[in-house]
Amino acid sequence: MSENYSGDEMMTVVAARALKNDDICFVGIGAPSAACNLARLMHAPDITLIYESGTIATRPDVLPLSIGDGELCDTALTTVSVPEMFRYWLQGGRISVGFLGGAQIDRFANLNTTVVGDYAHPKVRLPGGGGAPEIATQCGEVFITMAQSNRSFVGKLDFITSFGHGSGGDHRRRLGLTTKGPTRLITDLCVMEPDPITREMCVTSIHPGVAREELQASTGWPLRYSDGVRETPPPTARELTTLRELQERTRRAHARG
Amino acid sequence: MSVRARILPLSAAVEECVRDGDSVAMEGFTHLIPFAAAHELIRQRRRHLTLYRMTPDLIYDQLIGMGAADRLVFSWGGNPGVGSLHRLRDAVENGWPQPLELIEHSHAAMANAYDAGAANLPFALLRGYVGADLPRVNPQIRTVTCPFTGEQLAAVPAIRPNVGIIHAQKADARGNVLLEGIVGVQKQVVLAAQRSLVTVEEVVEDFGPRSSNAVILPAWTVSAIAAVPRGAHPSYAHGYYARDNGFYIGWDKIARARESFLDWMRVNVLQQPAPAQVRV
Repeated sequence: MSENYSGDEMMTVVAARALKNDDICFVGIGAPSAACNLARLMHAPDITLIYESGTIATRPDVLPLSIGDGELCDTALTTVSVPEMFRYWLQGGRISVGFLGGAQIDRFANLNTTVVGDYAHPKVRLPGGGGAPEIATQCGEVFITMAQSNRSFVGKLDFITSFGHGSGGDHRRRLGLTTKGPTRLITDLCVMEPDPITREMCVTSIHPGVAREELQASTGWPLRYSDGVRETPPPTARELTTLRELQERTRRAHARG
Repeated sequence: MSVRARILPLSAAVEECVRDGDSVAMEGFTHLIPFAAAHELIRQRRRHLTLYRMTPDLIYDQLIGMGAADRLVFSWGGNPGVGSLHRLRDAVENGWPQPLELIEHSHAAMANAYDAGAANLPFALLRGYVGADLPRVNPQIRTVTCPFTGEQLAAVPAIRPNVGIIHAQKADARGNVLLEGIVGVQKQVVLAAQRSLVTVEEVVEDFGPRSSNAVILPAWTVSAIAAVPRGAHPSYAHGYYARDNGFYIGWDKIARARESFLDWMRVNVLQQPAPAQVRV
């Protein structure tokens, strides 16, 4: 593999590889959407992609800008109302994987997309939870993808928008949750998975050319590494071509307006 | 509630349906967002509104930036795929043009709350907010105990707004409304509201052939209808025109500064006439 690629492309490709052909996947917008559709175009042609706008088994030719672009409805098997989506399909336990992004994350993969600073007097008002608080608890498991920096990977969250492994250990079980929660965190530098006992996210795979010092400098807590950390296989030529073609189609479509 | 929805010019429909201080839900989940109706509210200088909407989007960025709202009940406040709603943020972070009280939920809770409103229930019930911080900052999120199993479940008040406003594809001559595509919470908000206003792409004599399960709001559930072609732009109307994603991307720059926002609103909303009555 001689071709150059960006950290963002690496992240999307690795996130796409995490999905299986028989997954029923609830797709968040942004990075998750690119990864889920790349998976569909590569190794998972039959994957069921569901967006919270009510579109079930959608096969968009270009990435949607919003979770409710017409492209999603036009290419869906069926489109249901939003109350039905959240009641029958998500709460009904019919989704195997929820794919989320976030503004801030902590070592137990709790996510903040609500505020930076105090809730009543925020320094930065972020969009809020949307579908994420229930996606995080009601999907069979959760994959998270976000670019890694010490501003977004923080020691303590200002606000828990979506519950991951809480304060670790059996916290999810104590709250009555039977779903797995975040099982994979895919960044532009590495992949992390929860420790089987403590549930702290540990590095399992480092992307090519990333040093441990850089990884730690981009993380607001002392990183732990699992036994046998691997180097992530780089993107294949086909993965890169497919992703770039998808993004070029998307760019042209959105510019047309 | 009248027997049949009346088809009015948009200005008259807004005058009749929306009063200062009302709670108003303008819905449309990315699709069928009633932008033209919001612009008429702004032209008529409605004030002190409590605005309900799952995804405030550009439509509420405009209403909030023009000082129409005292309170916002919502579940996701961003410009989808682009970034922040700068006018919403300016109101929350700096109190401009006036402070904005936030009552914040998750999508699941809002969708259930509209459903409960339409079903004439006092509250909605869901397996929601587990482990999340929102219940700490929103006292309207409470828990109830299942009388059969003892399980603790989340409860939020039903949404029963004074006014529900949506956009749809068609009305027929009798005032029945048909919508399709991503239907969001459109049906729920009309049935939950005391008064409802529906803008449509066109008024037709008869809907003609359609699925037996087409989403139709009978005329007697709607207070007023106004025909406003392209009334959802820059959102879209399935079967009529596509989402203007370029506008959503361009809005980021317009809304970032107060001056450029006010200039845009002056030229594109305040100085525009209300849409004329469109004949059948």
